[in-house]
Amino acid sequence: MKALILVGGYGTRLRPLTLSKPKPLIEFCNKPMILHQIEALVEANVNHIILAVSYRAEMLEKALKAEEERLKIRISISFEEEPLGTAGPLALARHLLLEDNEPFFVLNSDIICDFPFQEMILFHKMHGKEGTIAVNKVNEPSKYGVVVYDNRGQIKEFIEKPQEYISNRINSGLYIFNTSILNRIQLKPTSIEKEVFPEMAKDGQLYAFELKGFWMDVGQPKDFLMGMSLYLEFLRDTQPLSLHQGPGIYGNVLIDPTAKIGPNCRIGPNVSIGPNVVIEEGVCIKRCTILRDSSVKSHSWLDNCLIGWKCCIGRWVRMENTCVLGEDVIVKDELYLNSVKVLPNKSINASVPEPNVIL
Amino acid sequence: MIKAVILIGGPQKGTRFRPLSFDTPKHLFPVGGRPMVQHLIEACAKVDGLKEIFLLGYYQVDNSLNSFIRNMMAEYNVNIRYLQEYTTLGTCGGIYHFRDQICRHNPEAFFLINGDVCGDFNLPAMLNFHRSIPKSEEGAMTVMVTEATRQQSLNYGCVVEEKETHKILHFVEKPSTFVSTIINCGVYLCPLNIFNQVAAVIKAKQESNTSETGDERYADDYSDLNISKTNDDLPEILSLEEDILTRLAGTDHLYAFHTNQWWCQVKTSASAIYANRNYLKLYKENQSQFLSAKSQDGPEIIGDVWIDSKADVDPTATIGPNVTIGPGVRVGAGVRIKESIILKDAMIGDHSLILHSIIGYNTVIGCWTRIEGTPSDPNPDKAFAKMENQTLFNKDGKLNPSITVLGSNVQVPSGLLVLNSIVLPHKELGRSYRNEIIL
Repeated sequence: MKALILVGGYGTRLRPLTLSKPKPLIEFCNKPMILHQIEALVEANVNHIILAVSYRAEMLEKALKAEEERLKIRISISFEEEPLGTAGPLALARHLLLEDNEPFFVLNSDIICDFPFQEMILFHKMHGKEGTIAVNKVNEPSKYGVVVYDNRGQIKEFIEKPQEYISNRINSGLYIFNTSILNRIQLKPTSIEKEVFPEMAKDGQLYAFELKGFWMDVGQPKDFLMGMSLYLEFLRDTQPLSLHQGPGIYGNVLIDPTAKIGPNCRIGPNVSIGPNVVIEEGVCIKRCTILRDSSVKSHSWLDNCLIGWKCCIGRWVRMENTCVLGEDVIVKDELYLNSVKVLPNKSINASVPEPNVIL
Repeated sequence: MIKAVILIGGPQKGTRFRPLSFDTPKHLFPVGGRPMVQHLIEACAKVDGLKEIFLLGYYQVDNSLNSFIRNMMAEYNVNIRYLQEYTTLGTCGGIYHFRDQICRHNPEAFFLINGDVCGDFNLPAMLNFHRSIPKSEEGAMTVMVTEATRQQSLNYGCVVEEKETHKILHFVEKPSTFVSTIINCGVYLCPLNIFNQVAAVIKAKQESNTSETGDERYADDYSDLNISKTNDDLPEILSLEEDILTRLAGTDHLYAFHTNQWWCQVKTSASAIYANRNYLKLYKENQSQFLSAKSQDGPEIIGDVWIDSKADVDPTATIGPNVTIGPGVRVGAGVRIKESIILKDAMIGDHSLILHSIIGYNTVIGCWTRIEGTPSDPNPDKAFAKMENQTLFNKDGKLNPSITVLGSNVQVPSGLLVLNSIVLPHKELGRSYRNEIIL
């Protein structure tokens, strides 16, 4: 079985992290984002994964080569000369998708959930129509594609970013299609949500599969941290031993075994700490991701931060409200950063008390 | 014999020093670990032949004042008495009211000091200068002066002098246009017959009161110690600056004594941090035994730090520069304190950071809190720049970033931030605050 993952462009919403690494390789809970999807697809017997990307990234290709060998699957990269939107890449990869007549998965690359792909396949085969969209319930549906369907799951309406409330079920960004969908899509920039789904719905060819577990689009920092919290809770239910326990650890905390945590720290809830990270004495960290090779010096306090690779945070630093540090950022002692995005290789020498971007 | 009078005002004054002045009269507020007025008493005690110091104000006498006076008498071996005004009589009305006390035993002269000035005062040198003035029959008064920037001079009493003789030719309080960069430090040396001058002024005022009502000269009154407009029809309410110095300037009876040493007025609480730092610096020069040094089992000390012997500071804390920690204070593990004053019995939880702040009596701060203010120090690039006693709010009605002040008995739970804010006593904070006054 095949799957196509819509990776797309530069991942600007996750800058400054994506200035150092292609988005699919950014570690979400200590595993590259794309691997969460790829490994779940492999579990569901997918053996050929096509990545639709619109920019060349040697780093990505190299990493995927390694995964290809490790997972013993085929990974193709379908490169777009110009961005083709969310449907165009299917036309571009047409020759790969038509290698057999099996249905295939299509995934938005920013999605984190428990990926119930096997149940999706069963559901898709059961209704026998052209497409299945995973849907989930959210509180604020207006920024998503909203789906209205009947009790058998047949989709009646698909409206992208509606102005007024229609339903609280939204498109989760995980699909299964029969190859016949390719007849609806031409090789040009096309939106699958705006141009293809409404037509399929009209034809009665689109069904909704309800996700039961957590779901998050982690394409921007705030949602990344939210998604992290949900994923750690998911780990608590499914693999509790992967979470860290001990004195000073509160709630769900994931710590790579190579990371070092000093005495008298207060870590958690909802913290993910990457390989070789060093947390010195008396540090308090809540709701943060700290990527590999970074260090946090004594007595600092971090809440709601995304710390990039090789960063060094000084002593008595306070950072909060979705600060994002790019790779190799140094924050000097005793500073306060409030909702600040710092681009890679910067050294911060003065407090930034108001939301700002440090170039 | 010499005497001294220190004007300490009353509870209605020093409002810009709130909320700290709610708990302690401003002049008893500790800078450099000791009450502001103690530094003035100490400066007076260094004058040979100075036998008696009067503290003059309209605070009700209470235990703290009485015990303070007792302690000061014991420490400096000088007689100290509190003279309580029946109402606020202004910077000159009070001394006139108590002139019999001051003149008793016929002292040669008396120092008159505004209680809200801080500095490195060399009063013996001032006395020598005073004695060198060619004496006219009436005797002359000496005013301590210092240099300010052109712009800042407008906030002070401005002095124009004759260069060679230091005779004061002109004096004007807080002019609206530039007059002189030489400003009045609020420290005077007065002959006893100053009271004759005052009597003449009172007589003149009584005469003018019968012919006109209201006097606009007092409308623009910003000084804590000057008299207020509501009372100014009482002839015995007198401002030394406006009623006496202005008149004496240009006669042969007023002279300027220059100081180049550190000097500042403490009006706002931010200036207390500045004064604290400068007093600590003075200790380093003259009384280094007051400063804390790194000891085997003590905290890390950076720069000038005063830690009271009855304070308990964790050895893993890092303190300084320019920090004063009062008696009974407890400072937890891994705490960092810089440019701040921690008052008696306050508690600072582990890993907290305190920058440019004053922490009130009995205030309790949790772990991993950040208490931070913005210093408003004199511009270091400008010669003679003074501390700006800036207003609380700017023109747009926003709070000017300044030091953070936590009043007494405030509680700050763990993990919070208090930035550029003023917290009144007995508040329990429920969230972080930035640029706010918390009532």
